[in-house]
This record gives sequence, structure tokens and C-alpha cells, in this order.
Amino acid sequence: MNPFSSGTRLRDMIRAIRACKTAAEERAVVRKECAAIRAAINENDQDYRHRNLAKLMFIHMLGYPTHFGQMECLKLIASSGFPEKRIGYLGLMLLLDERQEVLMLVTNSLKQDLNHSNQYIVGLALCALGNICSAEMARDLAPEVERLLQFRDPNIRKKAALCSIRIIKKVPELAENFINPAAALLKEKHHGVLITGVQLCTDLCKVSEDALEYFRKKCTEGLVKTLKDVVNSPYAPEYDIAGITDPFLHIRLLKLLRELGQGDADASECMNDMLAQVATKTESNKNAGNAILYECVETIMSIEDNGGLRVLAINILGRFLSNRDNNIRYVALNMLMKAITVDAQAVQRHRATILECVKDSDASIRKRALELVYVLVNEGNVKPLTKELIDYLEVSDEEFKGDLTAKICSIVAKFSPEKIWYIDQMLKVLSEAGNFVKDEVWHAVIVVISNASDLHGYTVRALYRALQLSAEQESLVRVAIWCIGEYGDLLVNNVGMLNVEDPITVTESDAVDVIEIAIKHHTSDLTTKAMAMVALLKLSSRFPSCSERIKDIVVQYKGSLVLELQQRSIEMNSIIAKHQNIRSTLVERMPVLDEATFIGKRAGSIQATVSPSAGASINLPNGVAKPTAAPLVDLLDLGSDDVPAPSSSGGDLLHDLLGVDLSTASTQSGVNHAPKNGTDVLLDLLSIGSPTQSSQSVSDMLSSSQDNKTPVSPLEGLSSPSSNSIQPTSAGAAPTIDLLDGFSSNPPKQENNGTAYPSVVAFESSNLKMVFNFSKLPGNPQTTVIEATFTNLSTNIYSDFIFQAAVPKFLQLHLDPASGNTLPASGNGSITQTLRVTNSQHGKKSLVMRIRIAYKMNNKDVLEEGQISNFPRGL
Amino acid sequence: MIHFVILVSRQGKVRLTKWFSPYTQKERSKVMRELSGIILNRGPKLCNFVEWRGFKVVYKRYASLYFCMCVDQNDNELETLEIIHHYVEILDRYFGSVCELDLIFNFHKAYYILDELLLAGELQESSKRTVGRMIATHDRFVEVAKEEASSIGTFIAQVRM
Repeated sequence: MNPFSSGTRLRDMIRAIRACKTAAEERAVVRKECAAIRAAINENDQDYRHRNLAKLMFIHMLGYPTHFGQMECLKLIASSGFPEKRIGYLGLMLLLDERQEVLMLVTNSLKQDLNHSNQYIVGLALCALGNICSAEMARDLAPEVERLLQFRDPNIRKKAALCSIRIIKKVPELAENFINPAAALLKEKHHGVLITGVQLCTDLCKVSEDALEYFRKKCTEGLVKTLKDVVNSPYAPEYDIAGITDPFLHIRLLKLLRELGQGDADASECMNDMLAQVATKTESNKNAGNAILYECVETIMSIEDNGGLRVLAINILGRFLSNRDNNIRYVALNMLMKAITVDAQAVQRHRATILECVKDSDASIRKRALELVYVLVNEGNVKPLTKELIDYLEVSDEEFKGDLTAKICSIVAKFSPEKIWYIDQMLKVLSEAGNFVKDEVWHAVIVVISNASDLHGYTVRALYRALQLSAEQESLVRVAIWCIGEYGDLLVNNVGMLNVEDPITVTESDAVDVIEIAIKHHTSDLTTKAMAMVALLKLSSRFPSCSERIKDIVVQYKGSLVLELQQRSIEMNSIIAKHQNIRSTLVERMPVLDEATFIGKRAGSIQATVSPSAGASINLPNGVAKPTAAPLVDLLDLGSDDVPAPSSSGGDLLHDLLGVDLSTASTQSGVNHAPKNGTDVLLDLLSIGSPTQSSQSVSDMLSSSQDNKTPVSPLEGLSSPSSNSIQPTSAGAAPTIDLLDGFSSNPPKQENNGTAYPSVVAFESSNLKMVFNFSKLPGNPQTTVIEATFTNLSTNIYSDFIFQAAVPKFLQLHLDPASGNTLPASGNGSITQTLRVTNSQHGKKSLVMRIRIAYKMNNKDVLEEGQISNFPRGL
Repeated sequence: MIHFVILVSRQGKVRLTKWFSPYTQKERSKVMRELSGIILNRGPKLCNFVEWRGFKVVYKRYASLYFCMCVDQNDNELETLEIIHHYVEILDRYFGSVCELDLIFNFHKAYYILDELLLAGELQESSKRTVGRMIATHDRFVEVAKEEASSIGTFIAQVRM
């Protein structure tokens, strides 16, 4: 060693780093070395450049930044000697990746080296190019590589072949240049060239249809012969692995044959015999042999049908499945997944074994097996399979429970033969792993329960029992409190007992206990607590005897730091305390939730919420909103809670419930209607904890009818002194009460059932009144002719009077021209206009309409808007 | 195709990394941390495959070192195991019963051997002897260059840095 040389040798540096006792010591050593290397770089030191780069590579592996050494690689590559180039290229591959700009600088050196007289230097350049080249470099250097495919030394040809793979992957349009030289490689005898050539052809087939056709026509027979030769070749020590000559070549040939045989009967026919030979003759006692068998099975499954071969393949998989080696079992499960599309019956035979694999101690095997079981389930075997899976759920690892519950829920939902079975299974899952259940799942459970009206009593009792045992499973708690809130009376009175049930004695106060525990439990989150709050409100009406106690519980949250809870608490408290007369109407049982709509929505919303994980938790409270939303909607007589979902968007249930054409609503939701008056507060009540668009659009719909602070006719009775003025939300409770007062004193007109449809005051403000007269065209019950009469209630003349209307999609609206555009003052005349509405859902849904009236009063623009939902039934 | 190769010791120290697919330096260290966490914690009797981010990582333990290769979902895992073993045997021949220390102090040699075995994420050579011969030729070139250098009288520390 040169006594005057600066720095330490590589070996010494590694020793020094290894001797470090702490991370801080190591950092100090590395810092010192890096400083020395930087200094050497600055001095442009020639003699130790390669040693410094080697040190940098080691430092890089330890995870320290080494970008300052990148240019050193380029300098070493540009120098003339083999040793410098060797380490330079190694550094290039290790310290850089294809996305770095620096890499472009090396293109020229690479080009020179690819044409170098020393073939080993050519080899180094090919290696670097194949490992890190970018698309641009691939374009620039492709001709060089193409030429090297015919180089005299096989070691260069094989490197060029693999390099070509990288090039055609980066720049697929170059593929056609490589088809002919690649085909030539298939005739080689040198194994290295042969396996790389076969690999190149396989990748060419994947990027180019032409290549596939070419190889299929010209090379299939040759490849089968090559495979035959290698299968039958005598012992060759150089390539022998566990008694098999070159299993790597076997596997690559089988892979290429798979590409060629797929979708082509002739090519498949050509290789059948050889595949049969490989499948029967290959020794399966060593890993190498099994690797070949595995590849062979996959090829048999992929090429065109040959019954005999497939039986052979399935049998091999069966043998694999019963193997004691975990690796072999894993690949068997993997392959059975593919086999199931080919021969489901054969895979079903192994069901018991596969089910055992779900319970394996190895996570990889479990995961594979679970996927497989999932596709194996059908109507016939769903019950026993689900039972097995649920039983296993009890003992499975925590980290596996998420996957497992998702799959079980999906199976149960897809194949459940009857509702009671579905409910039973879901209750088991919720009790066992409720914390792992996704929100859609428990939402779906509630929808199903809601639809199974004969099982309400059974379900609520079962949930009550389950809750006694597994109160820590959040989603079980939620479903249970929802059901107790809805069907609490069935719980207490044992209504609708099924034969299979044990009788159970629950008092009213027991039911309230359960909810009180849930709302007070420290692990309950906002959603659960809010749901519990709603359930309490419902129970306060169902169980009058507990009303006082419930009030006490609710009152405790008046001081909650969570705004939602605080607000709900205050609102509900005033409902309980001051509005006995309407409370029972307000908390009526939910109407049956529409399953089809829910499924449709969910399909939509799953797509919508895939990317941000936050979506789920924010959407949650929609479930909470449900209980109160519907009765209130009924009160308002929007009368369309069964409108099918607008299929375009994945909204949420609340939209369904309101069912009003949201597209019209959203046209006006551009303006954010800040809480102006009581309506918004009321709407907040509907949307506990959901700052989502649903509450926004709902509030738009309703509050827009009061934009000019004048109540419209359905809400006419509300006209308390305060509702004409702007109310800040902080005084929220008061207007709510006023609104509710209005409802109780002036129930909406629902009883107009006669065939001669009565006139309706569709809209009335302090300035304007609009009356609708209805008539039907004979022979066309779907169409209603509405004659609208507008009367001016003010003392000013209205000019430029325009009436506009919008309807949901299931309706069609035609507006005739109005009788005039000037409206005389003080009711001294009127404007009439005829509307024709065609109801495509006649008999199922009532009419609903939004209106907007614009006019000029004293040369000032006035705009009045409203929603008309008090149409007579049956239009 | 093989996306990357990682050698990691039982203590979680990375001994070799080779990337055939583009990963930024940041992603690389994240991948290494993540995978060594998963693989080092797996029990001895379990299968040698781990499903990870839509890929499969095939690993095998030799003494104190884990050899890991990340392959596509559709690749033949059993063959990948065989490739790992192939590499280990070549290392063994080259170093003469290889141990972790050999790979620490001669890490560049381990890279050179890997470069003769894999290229562009695909197997390059199925003969151990051919790989050995290639490496020997390369080493001889380096020796010759070193002798020439010393004969001129200038000291150039070569591969024995």
C-alpha cells in the first residue's frame, strides 16, 4: 500500500463501521469517510477513484445519501481500463436509477463500450443497459443490441437477448426489429443463449401480436422438439439439478409454449403429447421437479382444451395439495384458483382439504385458501362452508379477521337462502368480529333487518342477547341500538316469538340500560353515541314510563365537548320536554328501507370512496340520520321515499329517503345557504354528525323555498313571528320548536283522495298566491293537466312575471305559455298558465315539483322559490 | 420477472440490494424496512412465499442470511426458489463455503456474480460453471491491470481496496 495514500482501505472502513457500538458512532465514521471522499472528488483524484466508489457503495447500502458520488461513476466508466469500468458500471447500477437525469450522460460511453474490441467490456455495458436503461436510452442503443444478438461469443448473445427484453418493454414499437433475431436464438445449443432466447420470445409475444403469430407458425414444432430433447437428455453434470437437466430451461420452454398454445387449437395439439410426457415423467420428490410440474400444469390449463391432459393436471394439483411441504401446498392453492374456471367440479372435490388450509398456521397459505373457498361457494354448499368459516373466526389471528369477515359477509350476502339464516350468520359475525366489519356491511344488515318485517321481534331479541355477551364489538352495538330504538316494544313484549327462540324477559328499563351503557361506554365513538341518542329519543316515546330517565341521560350531553352530541342533546331534550303531542309521530318506526336502492347506492359509493380512506368515517352518520329522517319526510309529505336512486351517482341513503330529484336541487346548491332560519336547524337534526353533501342538498331543497324569508304553503302554519326574520343558528332550538309547532297544528293535507281533485294552494307568500286546479285527460291517467292561477297579494303591480317549474326524472313536464306577464295589484286580476305533468310511475309515486317565480316589483327583481309536495294523492 | 433482490441478515442488516424495476431511493429504503419486518418475523416451518403489494416475495434462509426475490404474481415461485439456491451455490463455489462475512467484505464480488446470473430481472445462465468461468476471467483482467500498474511503479490499489 502506498504509505502516502490518503484515507483508509475499503476493508478497513468496513471494519471500522462494524466495530461501532452505537448508531451515533457509525454516523461519525461514515461522516468522516464521506468528507474524505468529497475532498478526493474535489481534487479530482485519479488513483483512488475506484476505491472511493466502492466505499460509497457500501455506505449507500447502509442507507446514507451518496448522490455526490454519481459523477464518479461516469468518470470511471469513461476511463479506458477494464477494472475501472467494472466498478464504474456497478456503481452506476447501484447508486442511480433510470429516472435520474445523470443517466443520460452515460449513453455515449455505453455506445462506445457496446462497440468495444474487448468482449468483456461489451458484456459490462450490456449488463448495465439491461438493468437500468430508460426509454430514451433504449431507443438510442437498440440497433447496437440488435447487432450483438449475432455476436460470436454466446455469453454476449445471451446478455444481448435479455437486454432486448428491457428495450421492448420500454419501447414496445421496437419489438418487430427483434422478432427475426430472437427466432434465430431458439435454434441455439448453448443453454444460456437458449433460455434467454426463449425468454425474449415470450416477452415479444406479450407486446406484439405479430411476434406471437410468427412464433406460433414458425417455431412451435421446433420448441416442442427442444423440450423433448432436454427432457430426454442424458445426465449432464453442468446443468443437472436433482437429477433433472436444466429445470430452468424446462420451465421457460413450457412458458413460451403456453403463450403459443393459448387460443390456438393447432399449436395446442402440437404440444399435447410432450406436455403429457412432462406431466407423467417428471420426478416430484424435489423442488426442481415440482417447479416443472407446476409450470406444466399451468400450461395445460391455459392452452386449448384437451380433456385427458386436464384430468392429469388436476390430479397433480390434488397430489400437491396433500403434500406436507407448505410451499407445494401454497402453489397448489394458487393453481386451483386458475383451474376453477376450467373445471369447477374437480376443484370442488378438494373442498375439505382447502377448508383445512384456511386454518393453517401460515398466513400466506391461509390467504390463498380463503380466496379459493370464496370462489368455491355456491347455493348448495353455502351453509356448511359458512359454518366452518364462522367457527374458525373465533380462533383465528387478529390480523386475519379483517380478511375473513369481509369474505364471510360477502358470501353470506350473496348466497343466503333465507333472511333468518342471513340474520343469524351476520349476528354471529358481528358478535365475533364486529370491530373488523366494514361500514357497508353493517349498513346492509340494517337494511335486511328492516325488510324482514316478520323477524323484527326475533332479531331485536337476538341482538339483545348478543349484546350481553360481546358488548365490545362496535358494529354489533350499533346494529343492536338501532334495532332496539326501532323495535324496542317488540323486545319487551316478546312479540312474534319463533319456535326456535327461548323466551326472554326484558323490561323497559333493561332496554334503556343497554343503550345507556352504549352511550356511556368509553370506547364508543361519535357514531355509536349519536345512534344511541336517537334510539333513546325513540324509546322515550315507546316506553313512556322511562321517559324521565331518558331525559336525564340525554340532558347529560348538553355539555358534551363534541358539538354534534351537544346539539342533538339540546334538540332532543326540547322535543321530549315540550313537544309531547308530536313526539310519537316524529319517532315513528322507519319505513322499510329499499334493498335494491341500497345495493345500487353501495355499488356506486364503493367506487367513490375507494381512494380516500377518510370517506368512510365521514359517511357513517348517514345511518344515524335514517331513523329520524323518514318520519319527518313523511310529515313534509314529500311522499316519495321509494323513488329509485338516480343511478348516476353513488349518494347515500339519505338521498334515497328523500328521493327528490337531486339534480334540480343541485343546480341551486352552488350557493351555500348558510343557516338562515329554522329550517336548517331542523335539517341538522336529520343529519346527525354528517357534514356531508346530503345534509347540504337537503337543506338546499327545503331552505330554498324560504329564500326570501316567506314561508310557502305547506309550511304556512309555521309562520310564527320569528320565521320571517333571519335567525342565527346559535338560537337553533327555538325555531326548530316553532317549526314543529307548526306541524302539529297544521298537518299536511294528505287526505285529498277524491277522484275529482280539489284545488290546492300550491304556493303562498306575503306577496303572491298560486292555486292549482287539476284535471285528467280522459283515457290517459298518467297525465294531469294543472291550471295555475297566480294572484298578487301586494299593493304593487308585478311586471315581467315568469313562472318556472322543475320535476324529478320520473315526471315529464310541459308548460304552456302564460296568459300574460303583468299581474295587477291587490288581487285585481290574475295570470293563468297551464302545465301538463306525465307521471311515469303513476299509482306508485305522487307528484312533486319545484317552482321558481320571478317578477319585477317597483322595478326591483324579486325571486320566489318553493317546493310543492301537497299535490293530491293519485295524480 | 424479478423486480429486486435483497439479502438481509437476521439482525435486519441489508447485505445486498439489486433493483431491476425503478424504485426511488426513498421507496427502496421503505421496501427494505417493510419486507425485512415481514420476513424476519415469519416462523421457520412456514412456506417461503409472502404476498406483498400485489407481488410475491420468495425468500429462503441460509444460515444467518435471508435471500429475498420479488417476482410477479404469475411467476413460478418454486423456480424462483431454485434460482436463489443456484445463486447461493455459485457464491459457495466462488468463496469456498461462503459465510456472511465474505459477503460483507467482498460485497462487490457478490454483485458481480449476481450480474452474471441475472440481467433485466431474468435468469441469464443455468450453468454454475459458466458463471464461475466468467467471474474468473474478469478477476484475471483486474489482476493483469494491477500488475501492469505496479510494474510501471505507480501504486493503484485495485480490487483489494
